[in-house]
Amino acid sequence: MDRLSCAPAPPADLLIAGARVVDPGSGLDGAALDVRIHEGVIAEIGPDLPRTEIETIDAEGLVVLPGLVDPHVHLRTPGDEDEEDVASGTRAAAAGGFTAILAMPNTRPVVDTPVVLGGLVERAGREAVIPTGFMAAITAGQDGERLAEMVALAEAGAVAFSDDGRPVERAAILRRAFQYASVTGLRLTLHEEDLSLSGGADMHEGAVSAELGLRGYPSIAESVMVGRDLAIARYEGAPMHVCHVSAAESVAEIRRARELGVEVTAEVTPHHLCLTDEHVRSLDAGRAKMSPPLRSATDRAALIEALADGTLDCIGTDHAPHRGHEKEQPFAQAPNGVIGLETAFSAIYTHLVEPGLVPLATIVERMSAGPAAAFGLRRPAVRKGERADLCLWDLAASWPVQPPYASRSQNCAFAGQTLRARCHLTIAAGAVAHRLIEAVH
Amino acid sequence: MDAIPPKSSAKRRHLISITDLRRADIERILQTAEGFESVMRRDLKKVPTLRGRTVMTVFFEASTRTSSSFELAAKRLSADTVSLKAAGSSVDKGESLRDTVQTLSAYDPDVIVIRHSAVGAAGMITAWTDAHVVNAGDGTHQHPTQCLLDLYTMQAALGGIEGLHVAIVGDVLHSRVARSNILGLRTMGARVTLVGPPTLIPRDAAALGAEVSHSMDALEAADVVYVLRMQRERMAAGASYVPSLSEYAAVWGVTPARLRPSQLVMHPGPINRGVEIAPEVADSAASRIVDQVRAGLVVRMAVLYDLLAGPGKAEPEAALRIVSPDVVSAAGQEVA
Repeated sequence: MDRLSCAPAPPADLLIAGARVVDPGSGLDGAALDVRIHEGVIAEIGPDLPRTEIETIDAEGLVVLPGLVDPHVHLRTPGDEDEEDVASGTRAAAAGGFTAILAMPNTRPVVDTPVVLGGLVERAGREAVIPTGFMAAITAGQDGERLAEMVALAEAGAVAFSDDGRPVERAAILRRAFQYASVTGLRLTLHEEDLSLSGGADMHEGAVSAELGLRGYPSIAESVMVGRDLAIARYEGAPMHVCHVSAAESVAEIRRARELGVEVTAEVTPHHLCLTDEHVRSLDAGRAKMSPPLRSATDRAALIEALADGTLDCIGTDHAPHRGHEKEQPFAQAPNGVIGLETAFSAIYTHLVEPGLVPLATIVERMSAGPAAAFGLRRPAVRKGERADLCLWDLAASWPVQPPYASRSQNCAFAGQTLRARCHLTIAAGAVAHRLIEAVH
Repeated sequence: MDAIPPKSSAKRRHLISITDLRRADIERILQTAEGFESVMRRDLKKVPTLRGRTVMTVFFEASTRTSSSFELAAKRLSADTVSLKAAGSSVDKGESLRDTVQTLSAYDPDVIVIRHSAVGAAGMITAWTDAHVVNAGDGTHQHPTQCLLDLYTMQAALGGIEGLHVAIVGDVLHSRVARSNILGLRTMGARVTLVGPPTLIPRDAAALGAEVSHSMDALEAADVVYVLRMQRERMAAGASYVPSLSEYAAVWGVTPARLRPSQLVMHPGPINRGVEIAPEVADSAASRIVDQVRAGLVVRMAVLYDLLAGPGKAEPEAALRIVSPDVVSAAGQEVA
């Protein structure tokens, strides 16, 4: 079993009738089928299943996908529950078609002891509407100096280790962490940033920063750290996961390391795939300020290519809620981060799939099987006998991104855009977690 | 209290960036400024144009010439002025920019002139006030009225801007003046070359339409040498943009030997004599530094005039301004 928890919920009993099913892992590429779910399990898939007593959803023209998995979410709990909590964050995830998420440990306090982690696991068991896992810190207090008690944390249910929000600055500490984490079998998940090069800067260094006068965060601030850490991982024979890859140079490092046999997985965010530093011209920190920053069109093209060829095997939202008044400050003073759970698939569908840049089946792999495989989670599959972890989409729908959001925060990168693809139903761990669509009877 | 309704300033004109102005707009403002020159030569240096209007200058960052010239410009046009410095105001007590602006807006100013240390601050406040907003410098982003007064000075001295070649020398990276001037000069058809150490020229500056050189030899071809201030902080430990002021002065200082006759020298001030500019150059006949300061006054008068009384103003807004009943009763009489 995987190490995720959610609140108990009545198992679903319903028939999704006539939807196109796209699940590359199960060999389904868009045939119109009925999916019958009985007691939370996919009981039958086929054309024209009998419509018995069961609740039936007319899904003609809609698309069923395996549940999406987000390896990178900030639930802001404990400590900043006014920005997000387990209930609101998982509801936002369900609204975006996710059936599993992993939460980052840079909370207040940091998730670096079994007590804090245990409290979260318990809370997820009461409040989470979809299965939720928690990462624990690599270093105590994420101070980059002392290793956290990784074995105890693994026993308490940690899914992986990360100091996300900060890099592990000292190479020697990271090396020890790779060595020690091997005992737990869990993966280090690394935020890659050379702070002496990024220097707390505001946006990507390039033509737009030259014009706006904002301090530039060069792409090499990421890639030199990716290169360093991959070299250490290779030397130690350790697996690693790279968070939110943003730069073309980082993609090249990852590609080369994989050719050399390093067991590296890597994620990219919807905003880095869909937007560029031109977005910063709005000077609206709520939509355009995050770390790593939105980069150039060249970087974006390299990310899309790497997503298509599998160099980047996961999409992760880096969902990062912030209070409105903190984002409503001049760009340099506002905190980093955007929310993304509710818009992730829709943004990618709108900006990548519809224009023909990446096929839908590839996106489904990167948003579901990819992250599940990287973190050893159950792989959602639309297949007879599997627990129902799936989502139902109207790909043709257009909807404006605007409040209210299921998230407690509103700092959405895509706010103001009209996106395609609306999630009508999410069934996670066999239970309905999100629903817009009505039954036929 | 939620007494301040959401603002609908979509149609109100602001001056946030020099790119808000097209070439024709810039030409109109420069022409208006020229018209005000005659007022400056009178004994009574005041016209009634903006009588009854209110201009607030809000400076969150130190300034001598910009704040004084805006205030004087407003007074010469007979507007009422309120000048707020961040020090000693409620900003010191931690009030947010939004709260400060909404508070000041409750007095219904016609124009808010703002200087702030953060990029984008001037643009942000347009959402929180019904006033026209004029950016008097927002961090390292923009300083559009400096650009206008520089264009005015160049036009007055050389007869026009189209086809001029201007070399901007020094710390372009941290300069809002450089950003406004590059874009403004390009709009007016000038050629711009940026000159300075590679550490102080932004990466991809060429995307702004300027040429880049790291050698002072590039000054040779310029009609105007525009010198930027070199700040001491750039040498601080950890910053290290240049090794020392003396090395900077030796390599990139504007000295008589690096200029040729007939070149004009400009500087937005305040100058560091002997650092970015040699004293002999600052005091030479080629220097237009004092003219720039004088131009600041008429150009800022022209900007205020253009926003409030000029041809482009949005006609119905003044008539539609709603006076809150609270204000009427507090004043004890009807407000016209």
